[in-house]
Amino acid sequence: MKDYQDGYIKLALPKGRFLSPTASLLAEIDLGFQDYSDKTKQYRLRSARFPGLSAKMLQEKDISIQVAVGNYDLGICGSDWIEEFLVKYPAGALVKISSLNYGEGSIHVVASAEAGIANLSELSARRNDYRIVSEYPNLAEAFALNLRMRRFRIFPVWGAAEAYPPENADLAVLWGRSGADIATQGLIPLKRLLPVTAFLIANRESLENKDLSQILACFSSKITADLPAEAWQAGPQISIENGLNISEELKISRPLWQAKEINLALPDGHQQASTSQFLKRAGLVLQGYSEEVVNRRLSADLDWLGIKVIRPQDMPLQVANGNFDLAITGEDWLLEHLYRFPSSPVKKLFSLGFGTVKIVAAVSQEMPVAEIDELRSLVQSSKFAPLKVASEYINIADRYLRDNHINPYKLIPTWGASEAFLPEDADMLIDNVQTGKTLKQHKLKIIDVLLRSSACLIANKDSLASSDKKEKMDFLTQKLRAGLK
Amino acid sequence: MKNQKCKGMQDLLPEDMLRFRRIEDTFRTCCLSWGYQEVRTPTLEYLHLFTATGTLTPSMLSKVYSFLDWDGWSGERVVLRPDGTIPVARLYTDNLSGQELARLFYVTNIFAFEGTGKENRERWQCGAEFFGGAKLAPDVEIILLAEEVIRRLGISNIALQLSHAGLVKALLKELKLSPGEEAKMTNRILEGNWQALTKAKSTNPEIDRLVAALLGLKGKSSSFLHNIKASFPKASQDFKSSLEDLINVTTLLDKLGCSYKIDIAEIHGFEYYTGVCFQFLAAGEKTGGGGRYDSLVPLMNGEDIPACGFALYVDPIMKLLPLEKEKKGESEILVKGEELTPEIAKTCFAVAESLRDAGHPAELDFMGREESNYRWVVLVSGKEPSPFMLTDRVQKRRRDAASMAEIIKVISEG
Repeated sequence: MKDYQDGYIKLALPKGRFLSPTASLLAEIDLGFQDYSDKTKQYRLRSARFPGLSAKMLQEKDISIQVAVGNYDLGICGSDWIEEFLVKYPAGALVKISSLNYGEGSIHVVASAEAGIANLSELSARRNDYRIVSEYPNLAEAFALNLRMRRFRIFPVWGAAEAYPPENADLAVLWGRSGADIATQGLIPLKRLLPVTAFLIANRESLENKDLSQILACFSSKITADLPAEAWQAGPQISIENGLNISEELKISRPLWQAKEINLALPDGHQQASTSQFLKRAGLVLQGYSEEVVNRRLSADLDWLGIKVIRPQDMPLQVANGNFDLAITGEDWLLEHLYRFPSSPVKKLFSLGFGTVKIVAAVSQEMPVAEIDELRSLVQSSKFAPLKVASEYINIADRYLRDNHINPYKLIPTWGASEAFLPEDADMLIDNVQTGKTLKQHKLKIIDVLLRSSACLIANKDSLASSDKKEKMDFLTQKLRAGLK
Repeated sequence: MKNQKCKGMQDLLPEDMLRFRRIEDTFRTCCLSWGYQEVRTPTLEYLHLFTATGTLTPSMLSKVYSFLDWDGWSGERVVLRPDGTIPVARLYTDNLSGQELARLFYVTNIFAFEGTGKENRERWQCGAEFFGGAKLAPDVEIILLAEEVIRRLGISNIALQLSHAGLVKALLKELKLSPGEEAKMTNRILEGNWQALTKAKSTNPEIDRLVAALLGLKGKSSSFLHNIKASFPKASQDFKSSLEDLINVTTLLDKLGCSYKIDIAEIHGFEYYTGVCFQFLAAGEKTGGGGRYDSLVPLMNGEDIPACGFALYVDPIMKLLPLEKEKKGESEILVKGEELTPEIAKTCFAVAESLRDAGHPAELDFMGREESNYRWVVLVSGKEPSPFMLTDRVQKRRRDAASMAEIIKVISEG
C-alpha cells in the first residue's frame, strides 16, 4: 500500500470491453504495465518503466467519475461514459485529451418496431408520456430535453435495455454495433447519439498543475494528426440536432410478440444457472434460458405467461411499475429498492434458498478498528472525516451509515467490485460476499454483517390483488413453491 | 469540521433581511393597492409541468434541480421550482379558472443550477400575474405596477425596454427555415444570441432589410413602429398584427408619459411569452421583466385565457437599494435584572410584558450586556421601596421608580 501511495501519477485503466485493445496500446507505447491483462488478479499495477506511475483497473463507468473527482490524473474509457458524465456535469473537472481511435458501435436512441414511432419529430409533437429505458440516464434525459419532449420518464437500468421495448418502454438509449445490428433485435434506430471510442482523459487540475508530460508524450504517437477538434474540450459532445438517419433498407426483424396475461422476469448473470435449475425442479419448462447466448425473451409451456430475462438489480423497480407481475431477484436488491421507495408496491413472496450472499461492511486490515462502533469513534476523531464509503448498494449503505451515526460520510456509488477502491479511493466498502476470499486477497477485513440475502420471488401487490390475475398468479406461485428443496 | 454552506446558496443576515423586507413590503403594499391578491405555490412541482408546456429551453431545463421523490418508483421526477410564473399559472388553472379575472401576486424563491458556484442558485422574485381580461390595458397595468414598485423603493435611473415575442416569432417564420432549424434558432435567440438571426440570410432581401432595421434601430416612441410599418408593407400578416399590438401598447404608454426604449434584441429568456414583453434595468442590472403569455394556460389544458405578468428580481434590487439607515431592531428598551434570581427574573419578564402590552418593544438581559443601543434601560433590583431604576440614555437622566405604571408613564411621555 505504501508503495502505491508513493506513485506520483495515477492512471485509471478499463476492465471489460476495452481491456485488450488498451493493453495492446500500452504495450506498443511501452508504459511498462506488463501485468495489465484480463488474466490478472491484481487491480493495482506499477509501471516497470516510470517509477512514478501507477495504475488501477476499474469499471469503465467509474473511470470518468474517478478522474473527475481527482483520484486519478489520467484515465482511459469509452466516449459513452465520458459523455454520460459530461452531459450532466459540464462544469466537472474532466478533460478529454484525445480519442485513441479504437472502439466499436454507437449509442443509439431506438424504438420498438411495434411502437409505431418512425421518427424523431413524432416524439416531440406527441404529448404522450414516453418511458425511456437506458444504462445512460443522463444521455437519455438530455436527448428528451433537447427534443423538447413534452412528457417523459427515464428508467435507469443496469443492463439489458434492449429487452424493454415495446411493452415495458417506448424508447431505449443503448449501445449497438450498427443500425443493422439493432434492427435484427426488432428495434428501429431513430437517432445515433455518439460513436463509442476509447478516449484518454485527464483531471483538469492535474493537467493544469502536474507534470504529466512524459506519459502524455508516450500517448502522443497514438494521438493522430487529424485529431478531432473536440480534443481538449470540456463540454459534452452529444448533438441531437442533425436529422434522422434511419436507412430505408434496414430490415427490422419483427419478433413474434403478443401481450401476455402474466409477466415474469428472470435474472441473467450469476443467478442464471441456479435459477434455471430451480425452475426445472419446479417443473416449469422453458426454452432458451440455459443457453450460452442470452435470450431476452423466453417461452414457457404456459401460453398466458410472458417471460423476459433482465438484470436482477432492475427487477424491483420494474415490478413496482407493473411491467412484471412476478420476478426472481435477490433480497438485497429488493431491500435496496424499498429503502429508496418505502411505499413501493413490491412484495417478497418467499425466499428460494439459493444464491446466498452476505452484505458486509469491510475496511482495510490496516485500519485499527474491529467493529462499527470503533469506526464511529475514529471518524469522530476526524482521522477519517468524511468517511468515504464505496458501495453498489447506495441506499442500503446510506441507511446503515445513518443508523450507526457515522458522521460525516461520503458515498461513492460503484458498479460492483468495490474492493478495488480500498484503501486509496475509499475507506470502507459495503458489498456482497460469498466466501470472503476476495476481501482477504485485497487485505480487507469485515467489521460488520448487515444482512444475509438469497434469491427470492417478488410480486407486484396490485397484481396479487387483481381479480383478473389472481388465479394464474396463485397457480404460478404454487408451481414455483414446489421447486423449493 | 467547519459547517459549510452549500455551493451557490446564500445566507440572508439580519441586515440583508431588513432590505429584503423593505422590497417585499413595498411590493406587497403596491400590489394590494392595485387589487392583486397574494398566493403561494409549493416548492416542489412535477418536472412535466415545465416540459409539457414546451416553454422552457432545453438549456434551462438542464439546469433544474430534479429528483425522484420517496414514492417516485414510476420515474415521475419532481423539481425545485425553477420558475415563478408557470406554477402560478398552474395554481390558477387548477383552482381559479372559474374566475373571469384574477390578479395574483407572490414572493417566491426559484432554483436553477449555475456552474461556477459564484452566482446564486436560489433566487428570490416578487411577481404579479394578470389572468383574463382583454389585451392592452393589462399589459400597460403590469408595466406601470412594476415601475411603481421600483420607483417607491427609491431606485433611480430605471430604464424600461420593450420588445414583442410575436414579432420575433413572425420574423423567424419569414426566414422559412426547416422545423428543426427554426427550433434551433429559437433556442439561440431565447438564450440571447441575436447574431444568429442576422447570420441566417433568407432568400428574400426584404426580410434581411427588416431584420437589420429591427435589430439595428432602437425606437423611443410609437412613431418608430409606425415608421417600420410604413417601410415594410410586404411583411407577413403575423408580423403586422404583432406590430399593431406593440403600437397600441406604446401609444398608450406615450399618452401616460412613460418613457421606454424599443429594443427587440435586448430581451431574452422570454420562453413563454407571446406578446409584448419588457424588462427593467437600473445601473446596468436587470431588475425585473415580464410580458404577455396567452398560450400558457391553454397548454396546461386550461381554458383559452389570456394572461400577462412580471417578476422583480430581489437579489439585484437588494444591492441597488439606496443607503438608508435601516433600523437594526425594534426594541429601544432594555430590561435588566440586577442578578439572576427566580424572583428578579419573574419581575423582569413581567416588566417587559407590560411594556410590550403598552406598545413598547422591550428586550431582556441578565448578562450585563452593552447598553449603548437602547434609549431606555430598566434595572430591576427588587429592593423596596423602589425596586426599579429607569435610565434615559438620551437625556442622560436616571430615576428610581416604584411601580411598572410609573415606568410606562415616563417612557410613554418620552
